[in-house]
Amino acid sequence: MRFLMTYAIGLIFGYGIILGGMANPAKVLNFFDIAGTWDPSLAFVMGGALGVTALGYRFVLRRPAPRMADVFHLPTLRSIDAPLIAGSTAFGVGWGIAGFCPGGALPALGTLDPAVLTFTGAMITGIVIAKIVKSKLQPLGQTV
Amino acid sequence: MPTDFTPLASLGGGLLIGLASVLLMANFGRVMGATGILAGFLMPTSRSDWGWRASLLAGMVSAPALFWVVSGQSVTVQVPVSSAAMIIGGLIVGVGVTYGGGCTSGHGVCGIARLSPRSIVATVVFMIAAVVTVYVTRHMIGGAV
Repeated sequence: MRFLMTYAIGLIFGYGIILGGMANPAKVLNFFDIAGTWDPSLAFVMGGALGVTALGYRFVLRRPAPRMADVFHLPTLRSIDAPLIAGSTAFGVGWGIAGFCPGGALPALGTLDPAVLTFTGAMITGIVIAKIVKSKLQPLGQTV
Repeated sequence: MPTDFTPLASLGGGLLIGLASVLLMANFGRVMGATGILAGFLMPTSRSDWGWRASLLAGMVSAPALFWVVSGQSVTVQVPVSSAAMIIGGLIVGVGVTYGGGCTSGHGVCGIARLSPRSIVATVVFMIAAVVTVYVTRHMIGGAV
């Protein structure tokens, strides 16, 4: 039952990504191409998603606990540090090169489009490499 | 490659993404961030933490099939860049979201919804980086990627 619910949530998310146009690199890249073939559609995706989430969280996070789990797992890091800035810069560069972000690529995987498979394979490789490097560097005093 | 301006469909898509984010938090207490969910699926910390991620990702991957059933159309995936761009872009995205602690869904939607300072900074930074990157690749080095 739990997994049926999480499956449905993934389906709703993926459907939103597809309907919104975020699974289409041409549309994503045009959103960033302000000086060229600009397509502002994705601002509506962001606006809609942010509006519903901000409103929903206001009610949800006021409760003592989630309906089917013990606690709310919320990120506790507060500091604006170098990994945040460097990582986010890199993410933006990669997004601007390929036109896929993780949330755009994962639902698009279901199309079996070769470009999506290539991107996702490379992205997973990047995540795994970075996770391993991060865990190796931690004992040396690097903050992450 | 020009694309059509689709404010209504995009707004509808955004509302669904928001709905999924609220449902995941309300029921399971989790942030609807694609990066975090995927990373925990790839490198699980415990058996009990893996099932919800696997099923949620399975739902995401099934979305094109549902879209086809509902709309009668296949999902549009137009790729105006090379395979090399997909590989290089994918690697950089993977490393970047891991160090940055999230992506468009985790920082840009769920984090900003909580008014997290880290997420606000991250989102501004990756949006600017993407705009600058597209400007460079399309208008300065002439679509070389």
